[in-house]
Amino acid sequence: MDFISAADLLRVCGEENITIADAMRERENTAGESNPELTESKMKKALNIMRESAHSPIEKPFRSQGGLIGGEAKKLNDRALSGKSILSGAMSKALIYSQAVPEVNASMGVIVAAPTAGASGVLPAVLFALEEEFGLDEKTVLDGLFTAGAVGYLLTRNSSVSGASAGCQAEIGSAAAMVSAAAVAMMGGTPEQCLDAASITISNMLGLVCDPIAGLVEAPCQSRNAAGAANALISAEMVLSGIKAIIPFDEMAQSMLKVGRSIPSELRETAMGGCAATPTGCSHKCKIFSTQGE
Amino acid sequence: MAFISVFDVIGPNMVGPSSSHTAGAASIALLVHKMTGGNIEKVKFTLYGSFARTYRGHGTDKALLGGIMGFEADDVRIRDSFRLADEKGLEYEFEINTEETDVHPNTVDIEITRRDAPPISVRGESLGGGACELTRINGVKIRLRGEYHALIISHQDRPGIIAAVTNILSVLDINIAYLRVYRESKGGQAFMIIESDEEIPDKAVNKIKKSISLDDIMSIKRQEV
Repeated sequence: MDFISAADLLRVCGEENITIADAMRERENTAGESNPELTESKMKKALNIMRESAHSPIEKPFRSQGGLIGGEAKKLNDRALSGKSILSGAMSKALIYSQAVPEVNASMGVIVAAPTAGASGVLPAVLFALEEEFGLDEKTVLDGLFTAGAVGYLLTRNSSVSGASAGCQAEIGSAAAMVSAAAVAMMGGTPEQCLDAASITISNMLGLVCDPIAGLVEAPCQSRNAAGAANALISAEMVLSGIKAIIPFDEMAQSMLKVGRSIPSELRETAMGGCAATPTGCSHKCKIFSTQGE
Repeated sequence: MAFISVFDVIGPNMVGPSSSHTAGAASIALLVHKMTGGNIEKVKFTLYGSFARTYRGHGTDKALLGGIMGFEADDVRIRDSFRLADEKGLEYEFEINTEETDVHPNTVDIEITRRDAPPISVRGESLGGGACELTRINGVKIRLRGEYHALIISHQDRPGIIAAVTNILSVLDINIAYLRVYRESKGGQAFMIIESDEEIPDKAVNKIKKSISLDDIMSIKRQEV
């Protein structure tokens, strides 16, 4: 069994009366020549790595290789514990986790690229925020990951998940779209609603450029993980309230690719524009590379 | 279009920060580790392109050295690979080449000195998303991604070698998925790369070694997840 578009996926879900997560599992086990045990155990392994990387920096902050980031998750967690936070519930937790994973990544810890290393905080942020806030079981969270995987696969196939090809919208934007669909599925939404949330998320992050300071996966990548997680929660909440996406997912995926192609190369991971090209961004670059010891 | 797995999207599991500059680099060096069976006394890495410019911020050097010692891309020991290499007594050297620009942006040359075996040099390219490809062995253009169990056979270009090797594999009932041959020049240095879905047993390697006159034979076992 295979599907190549959101329309195709919804047809499969409707005909077989299954969720997006189960359609993605079936695709992996048939077209992907895997088997249910292996597929499930690989996904559990990924989930465990995500869990560790989303939590460890809260206790033990990491300094990044380039020195631009480190300690953000602990600061946010301390403030949440103080009771003064202006955020609450899932949004507050998602913000903390979204900053933790990029700390682990930038300090050479183990993460799951989802879909990329630069966007690796977005999925864990939303998955664990909802898991804890609503006491969800592991099966529900794994369903979330397979749902996210289905959206990520469609974007990989029909659009882009590469910052170098299509900008940050394709990395953080794709991760956010993936996990917004996951959030809807985990909270009991229909397959249509999952893809509606993904579509709204893409439209809200359309055009975001990739402009890493000094070319490193640190800033603004880390805070953009928070922006992605927040966007995912926003679209999921909209859809679960009964709001529908105006533009179908497949059209939004095409649109993201077209927008990506029109982003100049300076703003596609080359570190020649945006944040990277500001005077402060440039001076960080000089400082980091003057200590590279050549 | 190649099958896109859910684990291409939720994955790879890796030591950060970059799938191309860290995970891909580790995977290149790990393939070289497997090729040599870990028989490495001394290693020299030459970094080109984006690898040369940004290796330290991405830990590309640690990832390469870790891979050479046999660490997978998600092995957290990569962070300490300099210390671990020193403890093992592995000699290493890094060279930065920013002059040569006619290469894939994320390219590394790895020169290996082995015990009781001739030196070997390999070029690898990191293709993005953690994927990589070896593109040269001892200066001869080849192509190897490490997706299958593989034999890499170095020999002189002369009639009958391919038949002799494949005959031994066929007698041992080993199915060949892909077979590719490369050569420097007619009658010169040549490489044969055989890929198989099943693991190629050591007895096949030993039999080939014993019965055919070759320069070298290396076996790569695919990583099982």
